Amino acid sequence: MTSKVTSAVMRQGLRVLGAAIRAEKAVFTAAVVSSALYGVMTVASARALGWTTEYVVLPAFRQGETATGAITLGMVLILGTALLKALGVAGRRYFAGVMQYRMQARSRRDVTRQYLRLPLAWHHRHPTGQLLSNASADAEAAWAPLAPLPMAVGVIVMLVTAAVALVLTDVMLALVGFLIFPAIALLNLVYQRRLSPLVTRAQQFRAEVSEIAHESFDGALVVKTLGREDTETARFRARAEELRDANVAVGRVRGLFDPMLEALPTLGVLAVLLVGAVRLESGAITSGVLVEVAYLFTLLAFPIRALGWVLAELPRAVVGYERVQAVLTATGSMEYGTATLTSGAPARLEVRDLDYAYGDFQVLHGVTFEVEPGRTVALVGPTGSGKSTLAQTFVRLVDPAAGAVLVDGTDLREVARGGVSDAVALVPQQTFLFDDTVRGNVTLGLPVSDQDVWQALRLAQADGFVSALSSGLDTMVGERGTTLSGGQRQRLALARALVRRPRLLVLDDATSSVDPQVEAKILYGLRDAAATSAASTVVVVAYRMATIALADQVVYLEHGRVADQGSHEDLLARCEGYRNLVTAYEREEAEREALESDEEINA
Amino acid sequence: MSSLQGVERSALDTVRHGLSLTPEFRRGLAGTLALAVFATLGKVIVPIAVQQTIDRGLGGAVPDVPFIRTTVVVCAVAVVVTALCGYLMNVRLYKATEASLATLRVRGFRHVHDLSVLTQNSERRGALVSRVTGDVDQISAFMQWGGLMIIVAVGQLLVASAVMFVYSWQLALLIWACFLPLLVALPRFQRWLSAAYTRVRERTGDMLAAVSESVVGAAVIRAHGSEARTAERLDTAIEANKAAQARTQRIVATVFPLTEIVAAIALAAVVLVGVRLGVGDGITEGGLVLFLFLITLFVSPMQIATEVLNEAQNAIAGWRRVLGVLDTPPDVADPGPDGVELPRGPISVSFENVGFAYPGGPPVLREVSVDIPPRSRIAVVGETGSGKTTFAKLLTRLMDPVSGRVTVDGEDLREVRFSSLRERIVMVPQDGFLFDGTLAENIRFGRPEATDAEIALAMTELGLADWVEGLPAGLDTPVGQRGESLSAGERQLVALARAYLADPDLLLLDEATSAVDPATEVRLARALEGVTRGRTAVSIAHRLSTAEAADEVLVFEHGRIVQRGPHAELVGRPGVYADLHASWVTASHS
Repeated sequence: MTSKVTSAVMRQGLRVLGAAIRAEKAVFTAAVVSSALYGVMTVASARALGWTTEYVVLPAFRQGETATGAITLGMVLILGTALLKALGVAGRRYFAGVMQYRMQARSRRDVTRQYLRLPLAWHHRHPTGQLLSNASADAEAAWAPLAPLPMAVGVIVMLVTAAVALVLTDVMLALVGFLIFPAIALLNLVYQRRLSPLVTRAQQFRAEVSEIAHESFDGALVVKTLGREDTETARFRARAEELRDANVAVGRVRGLFDPMLEALPTLGVLAVLLVGAVRLESGAITSGVLVEVAYLFTLLAFPIRALGWVLAELPRAVVGYERVQAVLTATGSMEYGTATLTSGAPARLEVRDLDYAYGDFQVLHGVTFEVEPGRTVALVGPTGSGKSTLAQTFVRLVDPAAGAVLVDGTDLREVARGGVSDAVALVPQQTFLFDDTVRGNVTLGLPVSDQDVWQALRLAQADGFVSALSSGLDTMVGERGTTLSGGQRQRLALARALVRRPRLLVLDDATSSVDPQVEAKILYGLRDAAATSAASTVVVVAYRMATIALADQVVYLEHGRVADQGSHEDLLARCEGYRNLVTAYEREEAEREALESDEEINA
Repeated sequence: MSSLQGVERSALDTVRHGLSLTPEFRRGLAGTLALAVFATLGKVIVPIAVQQTIDRGLGGAVPDVPFIRTTVVVCAVAVVVTALCGYLMNVRLYKATEASLATLRVRGFRHVHDLSVLTQNSERRGALVSRVTGDVDQISAFMQWGGLMIIVAVGQLLVASAVMFVYSWQLALLIWACFLPLLVALPRFQRWLSAAYTRVRERTGDMLAAVSESVVGAAVIRAHGSEARTAERLDTAIEANKAAQARTQRIVATVFPLTEIVAAIALAAVVLVGVRLGVGDGITEGGLVLFLFLITLFVSPMQIATEVLNEAQNAIAGWRRVLGVLDTPPDVADPGPDGVELPRGPISVSFENVGFAYPGGPPVLREVSVDIPPRSRIAVVGETGSGKTTFAKLLTRLMDPVSGRVTVDGEDLREVRFSSLRERIVMVPQDGFLFDGTLAENIRFGRPEATDAEIALAMTELGLADWVEGLPAGLDTPVGQRGESLSAGERQLVALARAYLADPDLLLLDEATSAVDPATEVRLARALEGVTRGRTAVSIAHRLSTAEAADEVLVFEHGRIVQRGPHAELVGRPGVYADLHASWVTASHS
């Protein structure tokens, strides 16, 4: 990870800033103009003070009187410069903030759009936490230098103005300034170069501490049931202590440089007094000029640090920007064709020589089978045989590595964007509910009537518990909503698919948490509905015999290959693996009974 | 609803209590503060030097250069000394705060694990995490920046005012009169700002929730083609967040310039009054210039005050949340060293009139009495919501009964040391959480000292060796975050192996193989039966094949045990079990 302010980081950082400036020209101009006004007026305010000292304060003390005109002008100068400076500050702060927030929002929109565009396979390759931080922390870090940037530009204007003013005022005093201010800038540069890698390291440890806490609390039940609290605490403590040491290292550098940066301008003012006294002695300057220059140095001391803030943010910004760009330029986004799947009748599904691999690990090999319209097929196979992966290819959540999935004779890759989900619906094994109402979770924005929603809920055997909820369809569910049981969540997910009246319905062990009696009702309901209006082709991944028995055809998978296919009875008769799997309970029962009767005989 | 309320405390009390928990911070605090005072004194060196130069160095007809030189050298030395004090103070502060906050973090972390599952589940996991991360960071940010700023700002105001009063009390009062309205208005600005920041935090939370939904729900969104709707929800949340941020900027952009204007007014007033006053009264020209310099010391404390006050509030809120964890007593507490140590060996459990209800909820278990003799095999069955899982949680002491008691080998479970209890009774929950790491590392979580050979042996004993061999890297296969690289059924296999390796005397399976295929489940059940001879086994079963093999079946309905006895006996008798079994047979048999 780049963390030092190297020249490469500088160049890249400037490119990032350039991109932002091009995107928000107007706001940036407003911020820079305001900041320049602030810079010029800061110098002018020192001038005003010097002038007032020279023509108002000193005459009053030395001659015992001051011209009323001079007093008025002095007041006008002081208040006028302050007013303009205040305007500059207000504009700078406001516009700089607006620019930064706009760019952050823009990155977030782009990144989240890209998330929606990229295929599921891409999502599987990236941990959730990383995707979240790309859209939040990284988008924020990428544009963090935008807030101090106009200030830095203003400071440069301020320094140039001050330099000109100093040279015009007195060359000797200007020389003092030319020594002190580059020294401050240099010190700042050294400071940021020393600091940034330490800050990045601390940031890394902070993320790791958070990761450990997240994982450990997520697995709290396992930690508790196995009595592993001590080892978990030790794991957390080790990282927390590393974070502590990293933060102290940051503190040491900050603690050293901050007082130095404060002391340097102060020493500059003292030098001005010394040099100024000599110049005064030779009559080169007046007392007013001395006060002005000393005051100017006091005013410049703080803003000059803004240059350092931009530098400090640059490495972090470059990392954030690169991470955001990595998402935005990610390839592998799904290509879509132009075909449509518009017929109203149940779909015909054809799977042809399909291969699929997770990385180097191939999980599906040459899977081939067909499902005629309106038929129900059960996908059966041992744990880990690739059933869920296969189910995902039917709705084009993932594309096969080789081979094809065809619906009504059309390769799914030829179908236009949005076309597949209009025709095919998958109910996955793991249910996900959005932070939304029951209605919102069922419709997902599809414009359907409440009547249709209720009909889908009825078919999913969910109408009973939904009508018992406090606000019916308007009840909030999801993480911050009403807690639902696993079976209830699965039934909502089923209704979500049914309300779309899919022509091909894919159920991936979608009723595993539902009590068997309720499950039976759902399956019979689906079959009855198929005979009437809501006709569809159904693929169901299942272990339960009742579910399999409803299917017209069974496809039996073993190690990612179709080991056999045909009717349930045929497979029972000829396929040993299938027989072993689906009759496991019965055989177990029979063997035990035999064993028990043996024992009785022996006894 | 969160049950981590802890104790109501005032702001001051919160800070005091927080500090008392972290002695590292208070150690040497007096020295740090003394250094801070010296560091602050550095701020008035320049104004005084200017005054001395003007009045004494430039007072005569020709500048007194030697005097000015001496003044400058003395002042320069003072500047270096104060800077050194600043450095020492900073280092001490960082060391003390970081040490104390690391302690607070670890204590908070440990305490979260000590809380009962009931309390843990009352809080969102993300919120629990932030109590040991973000909340602690907030305190540290305040202690190292805001808190220091307050000390410096107050010190700066005090020192500047003191010097002012020494030179001219009239002008000092005048300056205070100029700044007083601003000072009075500051708390109001701070309230605005704090409200605006709260809004930003809420909007940011909403935005993160929306992003997280779009990422975690990626499959559902694609499967149902609801990308457009999701994009719309995201845009709304991102826009709302931006608008809230811009609002805070408007407030800050008002307060900062206002201070500049007030300072200019003070400047003008000092010149105006000083010129009149000076001519009549005793103030010198240098004295007047000194005032002009000292006014700049008033500006930055006023400018940062709103932000610092705001941070102080956040820090106190953060402290409250951390203390909220530490103040919540573990409702299922470890009796510790005073507790009973159970000798290893066959184990018996008794429920004596046990009742349980979740806080504020209806009873979920009523008067449950049952004896589980050593070496017995018990199956617990019943419909969803009948109290099976509650029974399991009471047996493993994840929760304590509201009435009655649970005993192990005759000892009340509440008297048994956790270390002993967790060694002897292990539960395998339905959702076997896996840690990011390899298969072997996850299995070893059950017994950290287990060797690779022991793990391989355990897998063979459970009949899972073939499955392991089929994985890309065998036992070294990474399981991914939360084990997501494995299927739900495979995760259950790992969780079971992990508990098996822990080698408990009582193994409790809570629908631990619900996502595993029937053949594997039967094979596992048989393997467990073989290797757990001599141990007590309790299974909560969704599939009744387990019940058929058990010595005794406990049938739960509405929180009571309504039937019990061996399968053969129950299945022939009309009742809940016969019904459950009939529907299971229909569902699972050809």
